[in-house]
Amino acid sequence: MRLLSKLTFAAAFMVFAAAVAAQSGPPSTITVEQPWARATPKGAMTGAAYMTLKNKSNTEDRLTAASSDVAAKVQIHEMAVVNGVMQMRQLTNGLPIPASGSVILKPGSYHVMLIGLKKPLVADETFPLMLTFAKAGNISVTVQVKAMGSNPSGKGGMGKMEMK
Amino acid sequence: MRARHLAITAMAGVAGFAVVALAIAFVSASPHTEQVAGIASIGGPFTLVDDTGATVTEKTLAGKPYAIYFGYTYCPEVCPTTLFDLSRWIKELGQNASKLNYVFVTVDPERDTPQLMHAYVASFDKHIRGFTGTPAQISKIAKEYRVYYKKIPTSDGSYVMDHSAMIYLMDARGRFDTVIAYQEKDATALAKLRKLLTMTPTS
Repeated sequence: MRLLSKLTFAAAFMVFAAAVAAQSGPPSTITVEQPWARATPKGAMTGAAYMTLKNKSNTEDRLTAASSDVAAKVQIHEMAVVNGVMQMRQLTNGLPIPASGSVILKPGSYHVMLIGLKKPLVADETFPLMLTFAKAGNISVTVQVKAMGSNPSGKGGMGKMEMK
Repeated sequence: MRARHLAITAMAGVAGFAVVALAIAFVSASPHTEQVAGIASIGGPFTLVDDTGATVTEKTLAGKPYAIYFGYTYCPEVCPTTLFDLSRWIKELGQNASKLNYVFVTVDPERDTPQLMHAYVASFDKHIRGFTGTPAQISKIAKEYRVYYKKIPTSDGSYVMDHSAMIYLMDARGRFDTVIAYQEKDATALAKLRKLLTMTPTS
């Protein structure tokens, strides 16, 4: 009985340890906060993921690449609407994250672009995303899909009329 | 390097936008817009194909005022957001919604087939139709609506599109009224659509 409880405890601990390892890996200088994406229309081949990247180290780091099971390709892009024209640029040199600073990826700005979606992103579902940093290495995150039209605070969404 | 790249394309974009801005300034400066010949500078005849595969022309839209937006289905953010916003506004119009036409025209005809446009617009309000065409047909309608669009290559040999991100509001005779800007406030966007409702063919 005592042995059983020890074994149970040990097993539980291993599951917990494995979960921690899967979540954060070795202590990283980069933290990824609130990764999220908007649901995509049917037939859409692209989507975008947003998040806040925080750099705890005293040297600049750089988000250089990303990959995900849900898309054929993942690129890092910057977009802006300038004088009524939507402009989008791939950041081929990656996205710098300043020393002891942070970068917010959000609609109308930086985003992780998912290209060749294998299926639409559906609200309330999640998908895995692997982020690669020049110094911090690989960080795996789970992206929360929110309703179309959602903003970073989680407001908005299909069927709701919100006066801005 | 990136800033300079953005600045150069921004200037190119500004050139296209300036035409629209001038037209808007010209129109809004005139108390009786229907008397202004310059109104004809935005809009014009076109031949395209809708998302069911049927040929459409400017006559397809005649008789009802319409909202027309140019984008592409590979657009990760601006186009779905705009069509989502437009869908919410259409819902707010209630029974009046069917008194207007709503069109999403692709600026990426090489990838946006009628089938893809059909699947795409089905995710939004049912009033919204998708138009595509040959590259030459798209180029023609874009010129008529003073829409700026440009292919921007990506590292994988593919491309994204820069494009004008505003909804054009046209009266029942296909004459330009005004635009709804990207992420415009619900209240002003709805006011513009409701004003458009009053612009019947006989007015």
